[in-house]
Amino acid sequence: MPLAEIKLAFQRKPAFMPYLPVGYPTLADSIDALEALGKNGADLIEVGIPFSDPLADGPVIQQATHTALENGVTLGSVFDALRELRRRGVAIPLILMGYYNPIFRRGLEAFRRDALAAGADGVIVPDLPPEESGELEQALGGDFPCIRMLAPTTSADRAQKICASAKGFLYLVSVTGVTGARDKVSAGLPEFIARVRGAVPQGLPLCVGFGIASPAQAAEVGRIADGVIVGSACVRALGEAQQPKLAAANLARAFRAALKGIGP
Amino acid sequence: MTILPSKFGSYGGRYVPETLMPALEQLEAEFTRARDDRAFQQKLNGLLVDYAGRPTPITYASRLSERLGGARIYLKREDLAHTGAHKINNALGQALLAQRMGKRRIIAETGAGQHGVASATACALLGLECAVYMGEVDMARQAPNVFRMRLLGAEVRPVSSGSRTLKDAINEAIRDWVTNVETTHYLLGSALGPHPYPTMVREFQKVIGREARTQMLAKTGRTPDAAVACVGGGSNAIGLFSGFLDDPDVALIGVEAGGEGIAGGKHASRFSDPERSRLGVLHGTHTFVLQTPDGQIAETHSVSAGLDYAAVGPEHAHLRDLGRAEYTVATDAEALAAFSLLSTLEGIIPALESAHAVAEAVRRAPKMKPDQILLICLSGRGDKDLDTVTPLLASPPSLKPSPVSLANGEGKSGGTGRRKSERK
Ligand SMILES: Cc1ncc(COP(=O)(O)O)c(C=O)c1O
Repeated sequence: MPLAEIKLAFQRKPAFMPYLPVGYPTLADSIDALEALGKNGADLIEVGIPFSDPLADGPVIQQATHTALENGVTLGSVFDALRELRRRGVAIPLILMGYYNPIFRRGLEAFRRDALAAGADGVIVPDLPPEESGELEQALGGDFPCIRMLAPTTSADRAQKICASAKGFLYLVSVTGVTGARDKVSAGLPEFIARVRGAVPQGLPLCVGFGIASPAQAAEVGRIADGVIVGSACVRALGEAQQPKLAAANLARAFRAALKGIGP
Repeated sequence: MTILPSKFGSYGGRYVPETLMPALEQLEAEFTRARDDRAFQQKLNGLLVDYAGRPTPITYASRLSERLGGARIYLKREDLAHTGAHKINNALGQALLAQRMGKRRIIAETGAGQHGVASATACALLGLECAVYMGEVDMARQAPNVFRMRLLGAEVRPVSSGSRTLKDAINEAIRDWVTNVETTHYLLGSALGPHPYPTMVREFQKVIGREARTQMLAKTGRTPDAAVACVGGGSNAIGLFSGFLDDPDVALIGVEAGGEGIAGGKHASRFSDPERSRLGVLHGTHTFVLQTPDGQIAETHSVSAGLDYAAVGPEHAHLRDLGRAEYTVATDAEALAAFSLLSTLEGIIPALESAHAVAEAVRRAPKMKPDQILLICLSGRGDKDLDTVTPLLASPPSLKPSPVSLANGEGKSGGTGRRKSERK
């Protein structure tokens, strides 16, 4: 049961959630790297579905997903990759992350069926605000969450509404901006998290993503959030590595160590 | 959470990152206030009249009408608006709105460069900072407009991702907006994007249709039988159509870029290629989108940078469902032939975008009766296109295509003929 799995994953706080798109640097490397992340300290993984026009992403993820598409990756290959990860014994929640058009094109019912069958536990769609997510959420049903996002620009009123029916966890965008590593954790983050805590139903984990680049930054965020999402830094580390699988394992261990025992 | 309807039938909406949602809510609220604010309307109107040169005239194209031998053809002369295209109507409106919202930085995207020039112009006039995103391919084919924007004080930012055309310029503009949303207004150039843009841009472009209707009544005593406009994102067309929506006898015809032909996929027609165009979401809007079977956005092609875009404005999809408007295509070759035809017969060099609308008139007018009237929205002037057109119209015979060769769609004029024969 996906929702229950997600809940379990947050027993360890703060949870570590790396992001990698399927197909980068190559399809085989990405599957190996995802496996290595899953077996070396990730609590959940965001598995990226490449899209031609990723407008919420900065240059690193943009370039990586472009490469993935050039490598011939489709939504079908993303599902195949999930199945392969499950076959190799990766048991933690796998959350799909992708833009709406490829999901819509597959058909919402078909997407749910195929995603569940492949072993996905939820989906994040950055260009689908709650106002437009009704059809997808209905198709996904009660147990397969479409993760909601909050931004620093989100008003208190809006946050209240978004939180009221959120499921799985909340994705807090730490910066006003696109994905990409930043030098520093945003100064407004503690206030943002505190504001959202007040609006969140009991027990719904708050995960912070966008901009977190190093284990030290992750630790800083991990003191006040229930989960830490690391995207561009992870993608960059793999892209530069001779052995992506080894790099992924090292990266997961380093972040895991930095986050040990510091939960909020 | 919206004030105005956010969809046209099932099309439109707001498919954007959460970071932008509050800005869209603010924009919508401010736009509705401004719309009902006499002072704002007077200010905008003043600029449209004294600065942009409105109303633009309607010209009777007598030699073209005679040559085609059918309907009487009239041209709504948006090419005579300041900066040379209809884009200035929307740019002035949104720039004033930005000023009202206290936003001093403007970003814009541009394909043909006309919207970039219009935005840069409005910003110069109002003293706002301006950055324009433009695909590298479009920068090369619309070089004069790049110079103009820089001269006007705008920063032109080349976009090298994807197809390096309008779609990618919009991606970059949205990324900039996501990052600087608190200080920056995104001056979107067509009737697309997330709500309220399609509605707002239509309202700012309505002036085309409103004027055209009044002018046609004054000139001919009646409304036209057909009103034709090219459709990139759809702003000049929706502006013209709005003026005649309540006149059921006026046929509304939008013309998309047929590029090298529908069958080969090298085109930008969202309505006539059921194989590649499907319902989808691009740049915040649910509408028809050219895409792959896997839902990736397809690369498009048109000789005209302003029509070279993978999605169509949502209101057009709705008007088509309603049967109120009809959409056709003109190929590169047809547009080029129409481009030289209008130039030589009327002394008016149209924008390549507008030439698509002229090409439809060339096909349609001969089938109409002499007592019928066809109105073309001449959305812009063609100076910007001379670099593109000159090599393509190299062979002299092509300069005077006969109506027959155009009517059967051969377009054997120079056009892209060379490239075509290479492929054969
Ligand atoms: C002269 C001209 N006409 C038409 C268009 C197409 O845009 P729209 O469909 O929004 O009118 C453009 C766009 O750049 C243009 O420059």
